[in-house]
Amino acid sequence: MTTTRNRVLADIRKAITQGQRPDHQTHSFDVGGIVPQALSAEALVDMFAERVTEYKAWVGFCRMAGLSAAIAARLALAGSRYVIPADFPAAYLPQQEFVRDEQLSHDDIAAVDGVISLSALGIAQTGTIVLDAGVGQGRRVLTLLPDYHLCVVFAGTIVLTVPEAFTRLRASITERRAPLTFVSGPSATSDIELNRVEGVHGPRRLEVLIVDAPGH
Amino acid sequence: MKPDSVIIELSPEFSVGAKQALQNTQLRRNMGKATQTIRAKRAAVVGEMHDWEALRDAGERIKADTMAHLDVYIEQLEQNISAAGGQVHWASTAAEANEIVKRLIQATESKHIIKVKSLTTDEIRLNEALEEAGITAIETDLAELIIQLAHEKSSHILVPAIHKNRSEIRELFQKAMNLPDLTDEPKELAAAARTFLREKFMTVKVATSGANFAIAETGSVCVVESEGNGRMCLTLPDVLITVMGIEKILPRWEDLGVFMQLLPRSSTGERMNPYTSIWTGVHPGDGPKEFHIVLLDNGRTQVLGDSVGRQTLHCIRCSACINICPVYERTGGHAYGSVYPGPIGAILTPQLVGTEHAASLPYASSLCGACYDVCPVKINIPEVLVHLRGRVVREKHTHVAGWLDPESIGMAGLAQVFGSRLSYEAAQSMGKLAQWPFVHEGYIENGPGPLGAWTAMRDLQAIPDQTFRQWWRERNVHDDNAQ
Ligand code: SF4
Repeated sequence: MTTTRNRVLADIRKAITQGQRPDHQTHSFDVGGIVPQALSAEALVDMFAERVTEYKAWVGFCRMAGLSAAIAARLALAGSRYVIPADFPAAYLPQQEFVRDEQLSHDDIAAVDGVISLSALGIAQTGTIVLDAGVGQGRRVLTLLPDYHLCVVFAGTIVLTVPEAFTRLRASITERRAPLTFVSGPSATSDIELNRVEGVHGPRRLEVLIVDAPGH
Repeated sequence: MKPDSVIIELSPEFSVGAKQALQNTQLRRNMGKATQTIRAKRAAVVGEMHDWEALRDAGERIKADTMAHLDVYIEQLEQNISAAGGQVHWASTAAEANEIVKRLIQATESKHIIKVKSLTTDEIRLNEALEEAGITAIETDLAELIIQLAHEKSSHILVPAIHKNRSEIRELFQKAMNLPDLTDEPKELAAAARTFLREKFMTVKVATSGANFAIAETGSVCVVESEGNGRMCLTLPDVLITVMGIEKILPRWEDLGVFMQLLPRSSTGERMNPYTSIWTGVHPGDGPKEFHIVLLDNGRTQVLGDSVGRQTLHCIRCSACINICPVYERTGGHAYGSVYPGPIGAILTPQLVGTEHAASLPYASSLCGACYDVCPVKINIPEVLVHLRGRVVREKHTHVAGWLDPESIGMAGLAQVFGSRLSYEAAQSMGKLAQWPFVHEGYIENGPGPLGAWTAMRDLQAIPDQTFRQWWRERNVHDDNAQ
């Protein structure tokens, strides 16, 4: 074990010193796509909504005060039994029964009609939602097994570019060592004649509720 | 290194495989449609990034820096994964890697594993090695499943079943899943795969995966995918085993932000792929209880030591070079006889297994350079191809027999002819005489002897009655007279 390790390391060192070995570089990362200041806050949210829609996800808007009503309206369409992360804020929920994830088995989770979660942030340029196991997001399997995912994104957490998102997510990794999941539309495959088919293994329906608020 | 340790399922030479493939019209139709669709999608999403070239530069710089200090970064990665509760294993050959994975699975007593599509595990032929130990690997990527059910080999690194159309897929599923009424609607086919695999995801306790990136600074590992089978394999089982080539490392967390822009746009032609998972060791209460990573060399340090070839290790397996390649578009992936087809395969495979075992691959290209233009990390594929061709020729010459082969003799003769004006002009006059039985309307369509290999694919223009040199001399004479 250690001998293999040392052999590979020795081979790497030998190979590296054969080539030129430049000094350590610090890279610059201002390669973000569009110029950030060119977009107003509304335009940012619009771009996010538009690009999420392009992945065939449903997108809706609401104010903080209307959040629980908006959730109730969406849930009425999709089924009756929903799972939520154990720490999902009760204030956001409508008056109805939810299955809280208190050590549920995988089978329990797979048996519900859907899941509701919050999110860490949204990326406008790519229409991406990032989950980082923070408040109201739960463990990864929760947003994976149910066939329907209603995801709440607070407008204030939407950034324009991918590099901006990575800058913000650094703390999730270094401070909490959180697992991250980037979600861009419902699961899809292009393996059959390159036609995009939505819904293979992850939730086949993704709905995104954008709340006009800085965060939760 | 022995060729059986890696990659090549050597089918014959590329030219032989290509000839077979070209006769399959269904394949050519599927391939033509597929590569055109994917090229158009890529062009559209790359076009909307006005700083694309700067991004490519950043990608290239980060990779070059990684390779130059790989020893530092790989130790950092090892340390951080261990600190996060993961276990790090090292393998210098495919056989060593397979042995490690096999032992880890045997410790769980599971007879099945679920698998996320991974080129690296294809490269080391993990499935075959496990099968010998009585362990069944279930491919969970839709295309890999299709290939597995058809008992075939992948023909594209990203869309392995690109050569199969929907009715062929329906037939396979009808039989394997016992669904006689299945139609060939892509939606229905995908739903059938969902049901078939769901049961495996819920019951199998061990998974293997590859990795797209690993961050030295944090010990995080990243898998980029579309279908969600990756998320299933990375979160549901108790034990996760990841096999990763040592070149997949990125130094810093923010580096990943550069590659998460380059990769989805270059590969599937999307702004972002549906799912990306990033995990750091073991997350208590969330996902596998055990995480193992096998760091694989398998020829990579040899590539690292070659100053021209080294850039090959920058590859992020996006497949843009494959989709743009006019040779691949016509022959498909199987002709390359390698896990890695297309332009990247033509440079990576010979370097991993040794040019002597894949001597025809550096020639599987017209050197048009389209691959270099689309490569998100700016690998100069034509440069590496020419470099490897040089190596193939040099290796041939280290054997006495090499000097005696017709090509070497021909080249030596040509060197003489081109060496002086007199012998060149004499050869032209001789050629004019010798060619007349073969010329039809100015072209040679079926050349004699070794020339036949050339004219099998293309017509050769005959040497004209008046050569350029003769015309030039006479022209000067006229001009002199005019003065
Ligand atoms: S060589 Fe470049 S274009 Fe080809 S697969 Fe690798 S990264 Fe992509």
